[in-house]
Amino acid sequence: MNFDLRLPLGLIFTLFGILLTGYGLVSDPAIYARSLGLNVNLGWGAVILVFGIWMLALALRARRRNPR
Amino acid sequence: MPPQPALALSPIDYVILGIYFLFVLGIGWALKRHMKGSADFFSSGRSIPGWVTGLAFLSANLGAQEVVGMAASGAKYGIMQSHFYWIGAIPAMVFLGLFMMPFYYGSKARSVPEYLRMRFDEKTRAFNALSFAFMTVLSSGISLYAMAKLLELLLHWNFDLSMAISAVIVLIYIVLGGLTSAIYNEVLQFFMIIFGFAPLAWLALRDVGGWGALKEKLVLVAADQHFAPGTWSESWRHLGSPADNPMGVEWFGLAMGLGFVLSFGYWCTDFLVIQRAMASNSMGAARRTPLIAAFPKMLFPFMVILPGMIAVALLRDHHGGFDLPQIDGNPNWNMVIPVMLGHYLPAGLLGLGFTALMAAFMSGMAGNVTAFNTVWTYDIYQSYLAPGKSDRHYLAMGRAATIVGVLISVLAAYYFRTNTNIMDLLQLVFAFVNAPLFATFLLGMFWKRTTGHGAFWGLLLGTLLAVIHHGLTIPEHASVGEAGGWLGVTIHTYPSPMAQNFWTAIVAWTGCMLITIAITLATPRKKTDAELTGLVYSLTPKPPEEDERWYQKPVVLGGIVLAVTVVLNLIFA
Repeated sequence: MNFDLRLPLGLIFTLFGILLTGYGLVSDPAIYARSLGLNVNLGWGAVILVFGIWMLALALRARRRNPR
Repeated sequence: MPPQPALALSPIDYVILGIYFLFVLGIGWALKRHMKGSADFFSSGRSIPGWVTGLAFLSANLGAQEVVGMAASGAKYGIMQSHFYWIGAIPAMVFLGLFMMPFYYGSKARSVPEYLRMRFDEKTRAFNALSFAFMTVLSSGISLYAMAKLLELLLHWNFDLSMAISAVIVLIYIVLGGLTSAIYNEVLQFFMIIFGFAPLAWLALRDVGGWGALKEKLVLVAADQHFAPGTWSESWRHLGSPADNPMGVEWFGLAMGLGFVLSFGYWCTDFLVIQRAMASNSMGAARRTPLIAAFPKMLFPFMVILPGMIAVALLRDHHGGFDLPQIDGNPNWNMVIPVMLGHYLPAGLLGLGFTALMAAFMSGMAGNVTAFNTVWTYDIYQSYLAPGKSDRHYLAMGRAATIVGVLISVLAAYYFRTNTNIMDLLQLVFAFVNAPLFATFLLGMFWKRTTGHGAFWGLLLGTLLAVIHHGLTIPEHASVGEAGGWLGVTIHTYPSPMAQNFWTAIVAWTGCMLITIAITLATPRKKTDAELTGLVYSLTPKPPEEDERWYQKPVVLGGIVLAVTVVLNLIFA
């Protein structure tokens, strides 16, 4: 099948990663009281962003090697 | 009843939820042009790589009821609940990949009931297909009801509206993209669950002071209920007698009932999960499917059971103001995950965690719907109602069955809303049907003499035995009725409902095994060796060595999975 699932996975998690890290940078620190004072949006958002970019890279590499 | 605490979502949380829905529908839309025939729609044209089917295999089983229920059980029973993952899933998944998948995939059967027709006869298939179709469509209704109910409690969302929206989304993406769409979305859901729930478990564990501190607090929890100190944090040491643990089970019932009969009966025969493996692009990928799924599966207790264990510890002294809504005078343990989401996750991650919960509900439903439309179209409609039509006809029927299946689920969900007890009764019926199944498949795949009459009557009477056993036994402190004992005579009292459940399964399985053997020996064998090639172990050539690297070999993967599971059990013994 000519539809690489890694592409939508990469897109959505890159998008979520950008959203969460961005929100982590601008949000009021007070909201992190419940997460034990840790800016988890920034930290975990970065992890998600790395995963998203990694998936995108795999999908794009496969596409370049195997052009339709 | 006081109003339940509502989760407050911020705009960013809604944005995340909205993006997720867009992608879900987008995947269905993108796959639409690939749905050219019924094989694409029902079995993805057997074209999907192993890592995708593997993660989907896991996700299809991981409904939100499970996420929510496992945390609740973690609070009630402690780490012993992990047995539902470790001995209750991993060995069966390894067995499926190593020994059974060659027949499912190699036979080119399009469904598990179809395998039964190839191996045995028409009536065995009909029995399995009808009971399976009935169960999947109602399970999907239970999933839908549970979701709408939870959203009503948590967010005060309108019951009808949340049900309509989720049913319509699932409907659209399956009608558009068939099984492939369901599988792709299950993989997306898998990652959503990991990214949404892992920070929750991590924050909760950090809050309680780490594993060591949690263990100390759980000693107090155990003492409150008059159990030995380690009961909540040690999985094997308190299984000597049913009186030693809150589950009320002993090691033999657990190992045989859960670890063997129930677990193998589900993982090795249930078309809902096996359909994912059957969609793989090669025999090797099909065999790797359950093995790949086993890796995350054995680590899931840390994400879904651990939060429940932490919740019971936190609740004891209301640490950090943690509290749960009450139900019938007890904490409503089913609210552990939803309440913890609001307790620990700030706006942003909260949206992700909440979306993961929604994703789990919807994929639980989608898994049932795709299994239903396949069994309905191939095993009931094409076989008995309208054989010999064109492929286009069956593709259209598959889409129609999807719509009807979702509609029945919606109606069922409304029915459950006013008759909640019926859901417990249904789960009981599902357990009766599931209990003897593995005996039939085991004999069918590994003893070529087994006849169709033997299989059919063994299955039917095995199910009946489960019903009778339930009617003649009862758990302690339970009243006669749905809990058991309804046949008027009680021949045995079990220490707990779980023990009764495990032994019902053991009785049904043993009965099915013996009856199938007896009837087989009394009836002539109808299928020749040639007809059974590819369906039975002794008549099937070994699957050809594929061009696999060492780490792709099913035997290697299975060995690693089992070894790690043993280590986990030793660490948390």
